Amino acid sequence: MLLKISDLHARVAGKDILRGVNLEVRAGEVHAIMGPNGSGKSTLAQVLAGREDYEITGGTVTFEGRDLLALPAEQRARAGLFLGFQYPVEIPGVNNVYLLKAALNAKRKAAGEPEVDAYEFLTLIRQKMKFMQMSESFLTRGVNEGFSGGEKKRNEVLQMLVLEPKLAILDETDSGLDIDALKVVSAGVNSLRDPARAVVLVTHYQRLLDYIVPDQVHVLSQGRILKSGDKSLALELEARGYDGVLGQVA
Amino acid sequence: MSSKSQDVESLLGQKYRHGFVTDIESDSLPPGLDEDVVAAISRKKNEPQFLLDWRLKAYRHWLTMQEPTWAQVHYKPIDYQDISYYSAPRAPANAPKSLEEVDPKLLATYAKLGIPLHERARLAGVAVDAVFDSVSVATTFKDKLAKAGVIFCSFSDAVRDYPRLVESYLGTVVPAGDNYFAALNSAVFSDGSFVYVPPGVRCPMELSTYFRINAAKTGQFERTLIIAAEGASVSYLEGCTAPMRDENQLHAAVVELVALDNARIKYSTVQNWYPGDENGLGGIYNFVTKRGECRGRNSKISWTQVETGSAITWKYPSCVLKGENSVGEFYSVAVANNYQQADTGTKMIHIGRNTRSTIVSKGISAGHAENTYRGLVKILPSASGARNFTQCDSLLMGPKCAAHTFPYMEVKNPTATVEHEASTSKIGEDQLFYCLQRGISAEDAVNMIVSGFCKVVFKELPMEFAVEAQNLLSVSLEGAVG
Repeated sequence: MLLKISDLHARVAGKDILRGVNLEVRAGEVHAIMGPNGSGKSTLAQVLAGREDYEITGGTVTFEGRDLLALPAEQRARAGLFLGFQYPVEIPGVNNVYLLKAALNAKRKAAGEPEVDAYEFLTLIRQKMKFMQMSESFLTRGVNEGFSGGEKKRNEVLQMLVLEPKLAILDETDSGLDIDALKVVSAGVNSLRDPARAVVLVTHYQRLLDYIVPDQVHVLSQGRILKSGDKSLALELEARGYDGVLGQVA
Repeated sequence: MSSKSQDVESLLGQKYRHGFVTDIESDSLPPGLDEDVVAAISRKKNEPQFLLDWRLKAYRHWLTMQEPTWAQVHYKPIDYQDISYYSAPRAPANAPKSLEEVDPKLLATYAKLGIPLHERARLAGVAVDAVFDSVSVATTFKDKLAKAGVIFCSFSDAVRDYPRLVESYLGTVVPAGDNYFAALNSAVFSDGSFVYVPPGVRCPMELSTYFRINAAKTGQFERTLIIAAEGASVSYLEGCTAPMRDENQLHAAVVELVALDNARIKYSTVQNWYPGDENGLGGIYNFVTKRGECRGRNSKISWTQVETGSAITWKYPSCVLKGENSVGEFYSVAVANNYQQADTGTKMIHIGRNTRSTIVSKGISAGHAENTYRGLVKILPSASGARNFTQCDSLLMGPKCAAHTFPYMEVKNPTATVEHEASTSKIGEDQLFYCLQRGISAEDAVNMIVSGFCKVVFKELPMEFAVEAQNLLSVSLEGAVG
């Protein structure tokens, strides 16, 4: 089991957001988490990535059998957990590629591997940027500095492709993308699919799942996963809405 | 805060507690200030009459002045009668004889800052004659400068060897009665640096106070005068990234720059005086007057400063743009951590036609610090076509620090263009988390974010200095976030 979430409770500013989440993700799988606004989807993503603003009030999470919640954020990342941010932040003056190289080297160092040299890295990133249909100008720009919404999302997927995480959690990576960008981003995610890795997609829209076909779909509402199913659940949600589908459960 | 950064912090604080106790030697004046003291200083230095007269005039003017209170800094009143205004350079008897005798923790800090070995010795107070490296380097250096005709010496030597040059330029940019601290400095200055670059000469190397023999212990009232004659150019580096020990609390230096036609002066400072302990006790008061005059046409003066030290910084390197088409620049990074107070900025006085100035100020506050940018852009009626661009950015680390910006503008010529941009941002939790989530450690992340913020200023520094400045910044801010 790559990721196992058991009865996870979390709160922020005194408010309970996650109220007993259970989820199991095996290597090789793609899971989609859907749900109405405010259901706790982004909180779940942030809690898994180690954001400290959230207080964990109960439950456990294991990642490859290790206690994930005991690790600080940077160690989770080095262990192979990647979060594609819903709103990637700008870091002015810090070169986009410099940050990515530092990230890759931090991960390699933790794994006891040698650091990549500049030439090797440039070759790698050029290849991945080409795949993501990003212009060379991204090599010299600051991290997300002045990027459009779509460019930021592409940049997130680029980072994911370079870091090759075991588990990628993509928080609304499809939002704000036009159809061409959606295809590119989806191709990026699909290229990472492999029996050793897993992807958790947090999304509002069924349309992403036309391009990245999930093994399982979960509906998160009021801090719990209320319903799980295969891809057809997403279609059902689109046809009947959350109330329609969850009404049956309740 | 990680335990590692705690180590470094305690280490940074510690080296000052092991300060050297210097015996009072006979060759120093007792505390107190009056005309006799001023005259005694001048006599001890065998100064010509003009300089004594100048000092006395400054002193008499100083008596009529009030200590300024407009800056956004707070400190207890200074007792000017409790300061000794002259002590001859001396090697304390209990100074370490070699690096082996120096506190290893202090050396570790220097190593962390990337300070060259010979420089570490000087900073740690190792008796100068033990530092062979620096002496030989400095000698080679002097030969090369002499061949180019560049004069670079201590202020006292200049008074002795080039009295006419000194007399014709001293006080022409910062008059003796310019302000309270400048007047005090003019009356009692101990020593400093003198540079003259003759017409058409491009100084063959960066000049650094470090390479000036006998630079140690120029004291608390330092005076620097740099003249670039027609078509000359020079780059001058002041200070050092390593924390400097000094028993004098009050520092009131004056720096004057004169650029004649087509001359260029680049003056870079990295200031890292003792800032006081983490509770704000002790620490240097740094009240400095720095001003450059673009006297000639097409001349250019550029100030770049990285200010991380001192308990209180009061400093406004300025440019008087007299010559037509002359250019003034000010690039500044000011860091204030713990209880430090920094009130710094610049003045750009546009007098000549088509004069241009650029101001880029980056203030970083952490802990309980107060960081103020204070700038004046003044465009006189004569300055047709003058242009100024000002950018002031503040970065706050943590909830208890503060940043203030006071941009003043006086535009008296309708053809002038003045632009001002300002921003204040917090080292975002978001930025930090973004880096952490990519596997980057908190320490590296803060360094990255801060140096990104300062990038435009650092790129103005001479290359080696820029690397040191970056290291210094990370040491200064260690533990400030996370």
